[in-house]
Amino acid sequence: MKFAIQVLKGPYNHEASDTAYNFVKAALDKGHEIVRIFFYHDGVINVTNMASPPQDDRNIYARWTELGNEKGIDIVACIAASKRRGIKEGHIVDGTRISGLGQLTEMTIEADRLITFG
Amino acid sequence: MSEEMEDNENVKKIMFIMRNAPHGGIYSYEGLETVLIMAAFEQDLSMVFIGDGVFSLVKNQDTDAIGIKGYIKTYGVLEDYEVEKIFVDRQSMEDRGLTTDDFAIPVEVKEADEIAKLMQEQHATIPY
Repeated sequence: MKFAIQVLKGPYNHEASDTAYNFVKAALDKGHEIVRIFFYHDGVINVTNMASPPQDDRNIYARWTELGNEKGIDIVACIAASKRRGIKEGHIVDGTRISGLGQLTEMTIEADRLITFG
Repeated sequence: MSEEMEDNENVKKIMFIMRNAPHGGIYSYEGLETVLIMAAFEQDLSMVFIGDGVFSLVKNQDTDAIGIKGYIKTYGVLEDYEVEKIFVDRQSMEDRGLTTDDFAIPVEVKEADEIAKLMQEQHATIPY
């Protein structure tokens, strides 16, 4: 099945980023396809490269780089939501990109299921 | 949305579920922005307002005192974008002492079971 993933909450303050990541990993393990991961609302904070979380805990930001670079998943933060929250090109983690709401639209149309976290 | 478009299999039924009051958070405003963008892709869009989401449609909102940009007028352009399926959950509306006369745009009031049926018909539902 083709899944599209939307994340609406920022990292650490809410479990949405964790459950989205775990869902994507589990879906890939089962042989499903992830069309795209789209960050909207405070979800865009997931891709900042300005964060340094404690090393004895999970690094949520690095997880997206892992999925983007190693699994080849297209990971997009909404540009309008990013501008509101200080997220911009050059300050986002590897394996992610910033683009418009058209990307949310396209993945919603293309996927069999849109799953929203947050 | 013309009948011809509704019959086109490339046109997907997508429903936005508006759950939040208009100014306590940005969900409702950024949700509306998404609807307007998606409308340009000529999909079969609808919006359903449930819970505190029904407050988003109340007319004559004055946000000056809270220092937040009001956007109730933006709902008025939905018709220009051919987003005309605007549903309101009856129970949510009545629980908050509202009637359709309080809303800034025409809406279709639905019972919860009717809304559930509409949701089942969608290709995707997007909660904001």
